[in-house]
Amino acid sequence: MPGRADALGAVHPRASIRQRLVWTLAGFGMLAVAACLLAPLVGSTRIHLGTVFDRSIPYADNIDAQIFFVARLPRVLGAALVGSALAMSGVVFQALLRNPLASPDTLGVSAGASLGAMMAITFNLDFSLLGVSAVPLASFAGSIGALTIVYGLSTARRRGTSAMVLLLGGVTLQALLSAVIAFVQYLADFTQTFRNVRWLMGSLDVASYAPLAAALAPMAIGWAGFATLPRVLDLVSVGSESAAARGVNVERTERIALVSASLTTGAAVSLAGPVSFVGIIVPHLVRLIVGADHRLVLPASALFGGAFLIGCDLVARTIIAPLELPVGIVTAIIGGPVFLWLLFRTA
Amino acid sequence: MLKATDLSFSFARRGASGPRVIDGVSLDVERGTVVGLLGPNGSGKTTLLRILAGVLPPRSGRVLIDGHPIEQLTRRELARRIAVVPQETHSTFDFSVIDMVLMGRYPHLGPFELEGAADQEIARDSLAATGTAALETRRFGTLSGGEKQRVVIAGALAQASDILLLDEPTTALDLGYQLEITALLRRLNTERGATMIVSTHDLNLAAALCERIVLLRQGRVIAHGTTKETLTAETIRALYDVDADVQFHPLAGHLTVVPIARPR
Repeated sequence: MPGRADALGAVHPRASIRQRLVWTLAGFGMLAVAACLLAPLVGSTRIHLGTVFDRSIPYADNIDAQIFFVARLPRVLGAALVGSALAMSGVVFQALLRNPLASPDTLGVSAGASLGAMMAITFNLDFSLLGVSAVPLASFAGSIGALTIVYGLSTARRRGTSAMVLLLGGVTLQALLSAVIAFVQYLADFTQTFRNVRWLMGSLDVASYAPLAAALAPMAIGWAGFATLPRVLDLVSVGSESAAARGVNVERTERIALVSASLTTGAAVSLAGPVSFVGIIVPHLVRLIVGADHRLVLPASALFGGAFLIGCDLVARTIIAPLELPVGIVTAIIGGPVFLWLLFRTA
Repeated sequence: MLKATDLSFSFARRGASGPRVIDGVSLDVERGTVVGLLGPNGSGKTTLLRILAGVLPPRSGRVLIDGHPIEQLTRRELARRIAVVPQETHSTFDFSVIDMVLMGRYPHLGPFELEGAADQEIARDSLAATGTAALETRRFGTLSGGEKQRVVIAGALAQASDILLLDEPTTALDLGYQLEITALLRRLNTERGATMIVSTHDLNLAAALCERIVLLRQGRVIAHGTTKETLTAETIRALYDVDADVQFHPLAGHLTVVPIARPR
């Protein structure tokens, strides 16, 4: 049946992969750049892009530029980083687990990060490292802990077992960690409970460039891993046996995919809390436009995921201004219905 | 061109004793021949194909391809020599038909190399050879079982290997598609000189397609030779515990097997 996926995706398959890559990067790249430049213009004080980049006004006197670069851009770039990290992790987890419903939360990495944050808040941990405070550090440590357990599970599984084992192990770990999170929360007092609940809603309250720089380090390792993956993920998603018979080192691919996606997810969650749905709806929306090829889906998801979260955060900080909504609520309220539409649109 | 000597394999841990899935199997496949691999469920056909494809290392014995031990070839080098067609292929994501076939070019490309015009042409030739050129822009998930299997075979052809290993290529298909795939494989052998090893439960497919057959039971070769000599009522009884009538069928132009009953 010629559905929407056919209409959009099948228009181009006769074009070469090189042409499709150029168009995809150009289109989604422009969207991402536009989002980064336009989103900081919106807020309690109106500023103009022309004034921001007006070289004739010295920076010290250029209020618009100061608001743009100091007050608003860090948060917008934070949204871009978190959105692209979650979207790319979603793509990679979906291919690794051969399950289109997988997301960055599926293997318990998000839950590990949440547990770390809850412990830092509840037990009043107070330390910092390279300008990063206790909660994000503990959160990232939690995600590394979860990654270690999942990685152990994946290497301990015997040859010939399927991605299903990894999936079940991850889902179990996630449930277990959620129970421990509930336990830690139970020990918290009223103020701590309030902070815990707020953190779990996901928020992009990034006030400076330091947390971005800190999150960038693990993300960069993840990106380096992602760079090796697109074509092999295509082959592995069709079947690990047939991928192996075509010359793919399937075990190494699975290890790189698992570690890269977990590192970027951990860094994203430690920066913004567990922002839901970005990692699942962005890859699906992107596939509707560019088709299934991971060489197009992965970079397009990175760019579109960034732009999407910038847009959601814009809604979060303007809709009930001067108060702001946690961005996780916005992504869930937008993402839930979009995901249901994706699921049922063919029916 | 493909020579296996004294292969054995066991799923038990190394060092532990366990039932041997493959037990002392030797094979010699000459260029341009189609060899059928017959045997009951659990006789080790799929395991043997996985070992021959280099996906599963044997516990003992070796596989030589054109005189090279396969463990000395890189994964890509091996994939340029041997292609595999699985029983069924499900794609998690909605790839187009041409995308699926282009994946066969993977072992010929560098790590970050994109498929070029030459690869596109090879992929289109492979679609044409399998009668699926008209499906090029269709979504793989929307195809029928027979169309899917032909596209997967096209992907294996695009891999431009010397040998095709096919694991029960018709088992999931209805009668019409079974005949279609059989005719396709036969044409690939006669027109392109493709060397194939085909595992199957379909004795009539083996009779129609294969010059030679190898009979596998409990991981051992119990008989091998030309199809005419080897596919007999006696070997079928030894293989499946089934009485069968084996006759040359003048209309079909090959041996046909009619199972009669399972002896009590």
